[in-house]
Formats: sequence, C-alpha cells, structure tokens
Amino acid sequence: MPTYIPHTDQELASMLAFLGLSSVEELFSVVPEALRLQRGLELASGAGEPDVLAHMDDLAQANRARADRLICFAGGGAYDHETPSVTRALAGRSEFVTSYTPYQPEVAQGVLQAIFEYQTMVARLAGLPIANASLYDGGSAAVEAVNLGVAATGRATVWVSGGIHPHWRTMLTTFAAGTGHQIRTIPLQDGITRWPDTWDSGEPPGVVLVGYPNYLGCLENLEQARALCDETGALLVVAADPVAAGLLRSAGEWGADVVVGEGQAFGTALSFGGPYLGLFACARAHLRRLPGRLVGETVDVEGRRAYVTTLRAREQDIRREKASSNVCTNQTLMAVTAAIQLGWLGTSGLAEVARRCAQATRYTRQALLAVDGITAYADAPVVREFAISLPIPAETMIERMADAGFLAGIPLDESFDGGRQALLVAVTERRTRDEIDAYVTAMAKAVR
Amino acid sequence: MTLSTEASPIGSAPGGKATSAPLLGGATEPTLFELSHAGRRSWSFRTSGIPEVPVHELVPEAHRRADPLPLPEVSERDLVAHFTRLSHRQFSVDLGAYPLGSCTMKYNPKVCDTVASLPGLASVHPGAPASLTQGWLELLVELEDALCEITGMAAATLQPAAGAAGELTGLLLMRAWHDEHGSTRTKVIIPDSAHGTNPASVTLGGYQVVTVPSDGRGCVDMDALRSVLDDDVAGIMLTNPNTLGLFEEDIAAIASAVHEVGGLLYYDGANLNAILGVVRPGDMGFDIVHMNLHKTFATPHGGGGPGAGPVAVSQRLVDFLPGPRPVRTDPAGGDPRYAWATPERSIGRVHSWHGNTLVLARALAYILANGGDGLRQVAETAVLNANWIRQRLSGTYDVPFDRPCMHEVVLSAQTLKETYGVRALDVAKRLLEEGFHAPTVYFPLIVDEALMIEPTETESPQTLLALAESLERIAYEASTHPEGWMAEYPHRTPVRRVDEARAARTLIPTDDDRP
Repeated sequence: MPTYIPHTDQELASMLAFLGLSSVEELFSVVPEALRLQRGLELASGAGEPDVLAHMDDLAQANRARADRLICFAGGGAYDHETPSVTRALAGRSEFVTSYTPYQPEVAQGVLQAIFEYQTMVARLAGLPIANASLYDGGSAAVEAVNLGVAATGRATVWVSGGIHPHWRTMLTTFAAGTGHQIRTIPLQDGITRWPDTWDSGEPPGVVLVGYPNYLGCLENLEQARALCDETGALLVVAADPVAAGLLRSAGEWGADVVVGEGQAFGTALSFGGPYLGLFACARAHLRRLPGRLVGETVDVEGRRAYVTTLRAREQDIRREKASSNVCTNQTLMAVTAAIQLGWLGTSGLAEVARRCAQATRYTRQALLAVDGITAYADAPVVREFAISLPIPAETMIERMADAGFLAGIPLDESFDGGRQALLVAVTERRTRDEIDAYVTAMAKAVR
Repeated sequence: MTLSTEASPIGSAPGGKATSAPLLGGATEPTLFELSHAGRRSWSFRTSGIPEVPVHELVPEAHRRADPLPLPEVSERDLVAHFTRLSHRQFSVDLGAYPLGSCTMKYNPKVCDTVASLPGLASVHPGAPASLTQGWLELLVELEDALCEITGMAAATLQPAAGAAGELTGLLLMRAWHDEHGSTRTKVIIPDSAHGTNPASVTLGGYQVVTVPSDGRGCVDMDALRSVLDDDVAGIMLTNPNTLGLFEEDIAAIASAVHEVGGLLYYDGANLNAILGVVRPGDMGFDIVHMNLHKTFATPHGGGGPGAGPVAVSQRLVDFLPGPRPVRTDPAGGDPRYAWATPERSIGRVHSWHGNTLVLARALAYILANGGDGLRQVAETAVLNANWIRQRLSGTYDVPFDRPCMHEVVLSAQTLKETYGVRALDVAKRLLEEGFHAPTVYFPLIVDEALMIEPTETESPQTLLALAESLERIAYEASTHPEGWMAEYPHRTPVRRVDEARAARTLIPTDDDRP
C-alpha cells in the first residue's frame, strides 16, 4: 500500500512513548467512545500509483466528448482555445501550484506579483481601474457583482437580461434566497435584451446585468443599458467575454460600473467545467465593497518594491458577519495562468485571437445558414458565437454529430424560446477551414 | 531560558527546511509590463485557411475597439525567465514544511497532477451531454459515495468551489428545510472561535449571527449555548475539532439540544483531517457537512485557490441539494449508466457548471491511493505529529489549553511578549528565515498572541524536530537579545518586512497606478 506518511514503525512507537501513550488509539481518547467508528471505512484498500492511474484512465477513456477526439464547436462560457506549451509549463511550476494564500508576503512575492500583473491585465480588459485577485467562476463573479450593486444603491431589485448565461441566472436566483434580492429576468427580442420603457412594479432596479456579447453571441446595446441606469440610478454590471474584448470597445468605455466574466479562455483547460476563473473589475468608487482579495504595491523596510494583499479590512476574516462577501479561497492558480497566457498573447496576440474567432465564426455561420433546415436563431450581430434553429431537437443533433466526430455545440435550454431545437455554436481560432467544412457537411447530413 | 541540548529519542536530521534554496540576491523582479518591448511576440496559431473579410464586415463600427488593448510584448524566452524568477520568490509545500494552522498544508501527491492532466478528463467540454461524458459522471458518483462514507452522510453536492461556497450552500439548504416546514427562523449560532467565513456566510444566507463563547477548556460553553437556543434558531455551525485543535467532547449533547429546538447542525470540515476513519460528522449528529478537498484530500492550494468544497447532507435534506446531480441509473440487465438529475426541491445551482471538477478528480485519486485504512492512518499521524509538537514546546511557549490536541495545536507567545517584547508576529517572521513557513498567527481570535501549528501527517519526525528546535532557538534568542532585535527579521527572504499601511494608503492595485 502506498503512503505519503514518512514515519517508520519505530519512529511511531518512539513518538507515542514521548507522549506517554501506549497505542495510537489513545490519541483519540478525547473522542467519546460511543461516537467512534467501530469499523473500518468501507472503501477499498489503498492502491499503488499504477493501479490508481489505470482506474482514472478507464474513467477518462469513457468520455467520448474529449476535444482530442471530437472536434469542438461548443462554447457557452467554456471554449477550446489554444494553450501553448509555455503556459502549461509555467503554470505547472510547483511553487505556484503548492503554495497557500500569500499571508506572509516576505516569502510570497512570486504569487503576489503575478496577481498584481493579472489585476492590471483584467482592469485593462474591462476598461475599469480596479480588478480583484479572482473569484470562483463567471457565475460567482456575477453574484458578487449583484451583491455589490445592491449594497451600493440600497435597492434590492435586480434586472437580469435573459441573455445572461442560463446557469448564472439560476445561481442568482439560488443565492437571492439568502440575500432577499428580487431577481427579474428581462426577455430577449431578436437576440438582444428588450428593456422595459418604464418600470411598472414600484421600485426601480438597483442593479442591471447584461452580457457583452451575450450568451447567444449577440452584441447588446450597452448605450441603451447605460441610459437606463442613468435614469434609474442603477449600477450597470456587464458580463463581458474577455476574448471578444480583443476586438470590441471595453465594457468600461460603454459605462459599466462593474465588469465580470469567465476567464477560462486564458490558458485553462475545458476541464469539464472547473476550476475556472471569475473575472471581476469595478470603478474606483466601489473599492471598499470589492469582494475577495486585492494585491497592492508597496515597499519593504529597505525601500525595495514589494507586493502585499491590501484593504484587508473588507474581508471576512476581519470583518466577519459585516463583510460584503464570504469568499476566502479563490482561483489564484487560474489567475496566474491567465497572466502567463496574456503575456504570451501580448497586444497583437489578443487582437489576433479575437479576429480569428470572428472570421471563423462568420465563415461557419454563413455556411450553416446555407444548409436546408438550418436557420438563424437570432439576427443581431455576433462576434464569436451564435445560435441556430433546427428542425430536430438539438440533443439529437449532438448525438448524431458525435458519431461523425464533432461536438456540434450545446443546446439552448428551456429559458429560451424554442430552446430545445436551438444549438449554440462557438468557433475558436483552433478551428481550420477543413474542420469547418467537414462540420458543415456533417451537419447538413445530420439535420435531415 | 536555556536552549535545550537534550538528545532526542528520534535522532537529529536537518529535515524539512528550505534554507538550502538559492537566493540569488535582493534585486526586484521587474513587472512583465516593464519587460515589454513593442513589436516583440510569442504567440502562434494553427494555419486556418479560412477566407477572411475586412474587419469592418465582422464587427459593426460602433462596437469596434479603436486601439488594440495594450498587453506586455515579450519573447517566449523572456516570459519563461520572468515567471521562473517569480517562482523562485515563492515558498511552497514542495520547498519545505508549511505548518500553517487550519490550512492543512500537507504534501500534494504528484500522481494527482498526472490525473488532472489526462486528456480524457482535462479536455472535456462541460456542456457535452451525459451520453458523451459517462466517465466523468461515474467519477463524480464514485467520489460522492466515498465522501459520504467518510462523513457518514446520505448524499452530497460536488458543486461548491471552496469551503466558503460550501458554507453558504449549507446555509441555503438549512433555509430551504425550514421554509419547507413553514418555519421562519432568523438566527444561526457560531462559537467565538469560528473561522471568519462562518459569520460572513451566515449573513449572506439571510440569518443573524449569534456568537456563543468558549468555556475554560476551549470548547463550546454549554450553559451559554442553552441560553440562546430557542425556536428562532435555524441551526449551529461547528468545526470539530474546533479551531483550537480541540475535540468538542460534548458534541452529542450539543446535537440533541439543537435538534430539540428544531435547529440543524452544520459541520465546517476545515479540520476533517483529524478524524478520518475515527469518527464521522454524521455519527456525531450533524445534518450538513462541508469538506475542504484542498485541505483534507491533498489537492494543491494554488497560491490561494482553486479549492473544492463539497457539501454532504443527511437523508432528510437530500431532496434540497443543488442540481443537476450526477446519478447512477441501472437499466434492467445492463451496465450501470450515469445521468444528470435535479432533486425535486433543489435550492438551485451554486456553480457555473459542475464544480471544480479537476480538483474533484485529484481528490478521488488521493482517496484511492490511501484507501480506507490509509485515510485512518492519515488522521492518526496528523494527530500524533501535532501532539508531539505540543509536548515538545510546552515548556517553551504558552499552551493556553493544555490538554491533548487533535491535528493542530494553538500555542501563544504571550509570555515572550510580556517578558521580552517579542510578539507572535516576530516569532513568525523569524521562523521564515529558518526555512519554514510561519504558523497561522493571531487566530483563533480568542487566544492572545496565538501561534497555530498544524504539522500534518506528511512531515517526518526529523522535520518536526527541526521545526521544534527552530522555535526553541527563537524563544532563546528572545531572552538573550535586546528588545526590537527580532522585529528586524527576516533579513534573507526575497523582500524583508513590507509596509502594509503604505500599500493601503497609497493604493497601487495595477501597473497603471504606479507613480
């Protein structure tokens, strides 16, 4: 049996003797006898590394939807982007992987400086001055942004665009059970949010949440959303796609007060959904309500540049029940990964990846819409993702396409009109013309 | 005070220290932005062959960015050098012992890294249907079953991404349970020794925090608890062993008292490492349990995350779990199949997808490697190591609650402070230069000058000895050097003590704010 415990039997005996104990069991004398487990755990005995790996590989082999087997056209917040060897190698360095939260800055400058660089990159992507050190994922960042917005405006009514990721909308409702926020979903029309002309139900919204581009890939009218917020005094929270930001005006430029997003696209594998990266940026006015950790630059006693977590009084370990967020552990390793990946991309690379996604998306969409039976789900302009309507259930389409060697996309869910017969398709810079042509041919066959 | 020179029964060896790691000097590493040189690049993409159109046909003008977003422009070689140098300015478990109390910084087995990089796990899209992801669903069900056996619970959600997310999930389950039973309750009880995430989560769960004090033995004061229990109490959150490293011996009485008023018991799994295979939260009477897989099940902390905080519940709460959940369906006569199912009265969803799944895969590999018997040895050895440290240092540092501890021990520098002006913080900073990470300091809040040490089971007796000798030397130095001498430490770390007040006052949170 393998063990990660170094002690020899002799050492164990010697240590027990030092404590004046005669058996290991006596260490647990403080645990009432009646509560103790009177049997061994009903789990298999320990296995050696080869057996563990064989079992885990059996499980891995049972997944057909691997991006190295089925060519990936799925998105919806999780994308098959290029991750170079250099990002994997650096992000896998064990100093980053096996360290704890940087509570002792004298021996944590590596992680602290990497987070500082990450914060700078996220702030620039968002077009806002402040970014935190990460949150769990895009959905949790949206929940935190709504909490911040309600606290800032003192109004608990939240207008959420129907173009926000459906899972995130469910999360907002789930957490509203505790906070008491009133979540109202504003429906889409032709792929973009149809904001009400007036608010009819008493209180105006305290927070407005909209995607850019939204879940369907469509470009929302942020000018209109900003005007709505100016009129009502609500905070504008934009869920922005950070890759599309390489081509688009930043959400901050459009007047967002808070920008959130899913940062998986920057060097983190698809991973069946986690660990991912919650991006969070805000205007300076909201600094004191910023959720999670923030790294700032300072100096050490010799005047050398140094980094440290700062404005700590906001956080749960100090502010306890008055803290605006309970987050402690975050996704630092994914934030460091994103900083490395964005360093690899650089100014020209981010623009290039966004442009390539847009070119491939346009090419694929045009070819699919020429197929008999496939129509556009929405007509609004798209950048890197789009939805199509099918004459058959999307799930059937996905099964058929898997047999042809493709992960065709993901189905829209029931929260969208006609969602069960609509497919969300994402085309990244990793797709070639040959792959796309083969995909379109297979779709044309499968749709019949 | 004298420095102990007594020969140790376990012999002496310079284990566990990181002081042999080369420090190439005290220079500052420039930021990646400072290393940037216009026009330099690293990236390359696949040759696509896609016919292209002008950009104005791709994006309507009003939406188009005027200028490219500025990012560092560096060669791959410079990128590697920068982040490698940063990594050399970082302490880690792989480098040396990390006795950070409450954080369970045990060794992270490398086999789990291999698991997390298997293409059949790492390259699977989370939106793919169950029919194409049977391996992942089976993996999750297998992990859930193991976690339920370890905690003595009926079912679990694997969605919460970290401990605090698990806490809030648990509180929402508590709320859903009471709602279902037409009971509006407003209070949740937590002990004064609780982690800060507990009260913060209680507030987000829509409850008011009622704090109960600890008694003279470091456990929940039963009289104080009884005095706040009424039918307005939704539940209690407990860590057991508690944050003092002590087992709450009255847990059965606490459970029945809370259940008697209709409340539920929430188990904060931060300290689960102490009791694996010995005693189970379910058998203690807990209704809701979160686990920190990044502590107990050895998944690496990643410099502050990712973690994973699954929440297991007793039978009566299963229908409220977040969904969709992976479940096994056994078609008559066929092989098991796996599907997603959302419980009937589910509270909803607490993660964008299915949880921090690659972290979950690592945890399953760790459980398989150890097995049921191995996990019990983990707890035994963790408790043995902590008690050895307690016993060894009890003449050198104050031991506020001097009785057998579980997996961690809380010492205090109170006497050192009063006698020599040396604080817990000074001890921590001095220890860094000994090649060890510092213990947790000033927590739990109810102990003055707290030094919370959690050696974990993966540190050898030689490392424990080296750690103890370092802490003894520090106490000796406190007695033999002028006041203020230790406050100068550390000297040889990549930076020395940093000006935290200045960081908050001048606030430079990005490279763009630098003067």
